Amino acid sequence: MTNISDIEIDRLETAQQSEGLRRIAIDPVSRVEGHGKVTLLLDENDKVQQARLHIVEFRGFEKFIQGRPYWELPVLVQRLCGICPVSHHLAAGKAIDQLVGVDELTPTADKVRRLMHFGQLLQSHALHFFHLCSPDLLFGINSSVAERNVVGVLNAHPELAKQGVLLRKFGQEVIRVTAGKRIHGSSAVPGGVNKSLNKEERDYLLKDMDQMIEWSLAAVATSKSLFMQDLQYSRDFARIQTHMMSLTGKNGEMDIYHGGLRVKTVDGNTLLDQVDYRDYNKHIHEQVKPWSYMKFPYLTALGKKEGAYRVGPLARLNVCDSINTELAEAARIDFRAFADGGMVQSTLAYHWARMIELLHCAEGIRDLLHDDDILGTDLVVKGEMRSRGIGVIEAPRGTLFHDYDINEDGLVTRANLIVSTTSNNRAMNQSVRRVAADLLDGREVTEPLLNQIEVSIRAYDPCLSCATHALGKMPLEIELLDAEGKRVHRLIKDSKGQLSE
Amino acid sequence: MTLKPVAVLGYGNPSRGDDALAPLLLEHIQQKLNKHLIPDCFDLIDDFQLQIEHTLDMQGRSQILFIDASMNAKEPFEFSRIHAAQDDSISSHALSPVALLSVYEQVHHEPAPSAFLIAIPGYRFELGEALSPKAEANLHQAVEFCDQILINTDLAYWNSCLPA
Repeated sequence: MTNISDIEIDRLETAQQSEGLRRIAIDPVSRVEGHGKVTLLLDENDKVQQARLHIVEFRGFEKFIQGRPYWELPVLVQRLCGICPVSHHLAAGKAIDQLVGVDELTPTADKVRRLMHFGQLLQSHALHFFHLCSPDLLFGINSSVAERNVVGVLNAHPELAKQGVLLRKFGQEVIRVTAGKRIHGSSAVPGGVNKSLNKEERDYLLKDMDQMIEWSLAAVATSKSLFMQDLQYSRDFARIQTHMMSLTGKNGEMDIYHGGLRVKTVDGNTLLDQVDYRDYNKHIHEQVKPWSYMKFPYLTALGKKEGAYRVGPLARLNVCDSINTELAEAARIDFRAFADGGMVQSTLAYHWARMIELLHCAEGIRDLLHDDDILGTDLVVKGEMRSRGIGVIEAPRGTLFHDYDINEDGLVTRANLIVSTTSNNRAMNQSVRRVAADLLDGREVTEPLLNQIEVSIRAYDPCLSCATHALGKMPLEIELLDAEGKRVHRLIKDSKGQLSE
Repeated sequence: MTLKPVAVLGYGNPSRGDDALAPLLLEHIQQKLNKHLIPDCFDLIDDFQLQIEHTLDMQGRSQILFIDASMNAKEPFEFSRIHAAQDDSISSHALSPVALLSVYEQVHHEPAPSAFLIAIPGYRFELGEALSPKAEANLHQAVEFCDQILINTDLAYWNSCLPA
């Protein structure tokens, strides 16, 4: 690792002089959702002069939503993303609560939504850890690319891989039971939910509950062990210093469904606390850069240059004061002790934090299943219509904002969404630059080195696009182009990860 | 709920233009089932994409029929027998059918059920777009083909429907 400062890392966003530089593209970045591309500009001595993570698809969320009736939003927005439809469903659900003038749901509605949200995080985190990032962590990033995939994990660690499948399935069953169907659920309605659970549904989920908690607890131990096995590497890899943001409950506890915005700065001081998220646009602005479709949000109090922040599991674990489930709280204390109570900034610590959240979700599901409010029949609250509704939740990948204006006919006239991955955009770019500067500079470019760049991106579990996945849309090739864009060399990764020209 | 011998996994995003082809074909099959025009032998599974947990939906089945929009298939559609294989999708949030069959065999330590794929050509996949006229024409032909093969779940019969 080098001692390049964060300021120097930022300089790698744009090369001082791009003429004569060699260009390398990793297109698409694998094991992340959607289509991202990394380009590196190297000089004749293979020194990195520029490194960028590009988003190559314009998503057009807002255009898709405008003109639609507000009551359709929770169902409609699930189609924005096939990976986290429930997060959009619930964020839109909270926004339309505001539109119908409801600030507080019934206990049944609130708990059924929370239960669904726990299920969503559980299944999302399980897929990411056990099947998308564990190949790098278990086998090492210098291992054979043929081994470094989910089938490699299934071969070498069959029990672990199977636990991942069953944890994910359990989370999806929680979603199915609470939403009424596996996908396109319609549970969240203006002012509440359209169904609660019956006893049979509760008992069906409870029968596997203890096993899920046991596996989640083991996953925390595994993720910690993998982090600790090469501590220096884990600590320094793609390490950047950022502020962090998440919702927290009234007492500073982790709350992934509702709360106030809290921001902790790089040094652990609290910049914002218990901010009403309906005022989010006073505190967060978005910067546009010509080379990416994805915006770059920043904290207005700190400005464009200093105001970048991170969201997601690492941020939530750093920002909260406690977790209200016993085992996850013990794991949180252990996690924070690693940094002596300071901020854990290691990008690879995202995986460890993610598994602590997995455990919290499993415990949270158990606690709610034992709460008779989820069987209640008081489902909806009514209020006076408003013209603006803002809903915010902590999605698997971080804070998710939905903001809508409607007209007198109830049609959406303006929509603004800040998805979690957008909040992490600058941090992901910085992580890419850190890896490029630390590991690629002046060395021959090899597949394991390029994979390390992907590893730095995958830590954030980014959702770069939505679920268009038609057969034949998933090439993986690496191109080397000269400064004029002419292809000098091309490498293709085959099904086993082997490179060929 | 009794497990039906055949699982039909159709996947795609209904709001992304021709990515809606599979969900629309599933809707058609559901109507056929509702009207008892085809045997009650099918569990229909609709999703945005295939992922590891779908191996659990495949367990205990005699056959699997995958349906997807395709950018490579020949018009109006392709019907093929598929087998477990690893491909690039093995490392992604959206597995291909052959990768899913491969994961099935690794997870369950048994051969995957006999599997077939109906791949329907699609042409545009942007958010908010409607089905393209060409994709709609392809869908009509795929519907007619499904009406033909779903009257009989016998493996030999499906094999006989494969292109020469």
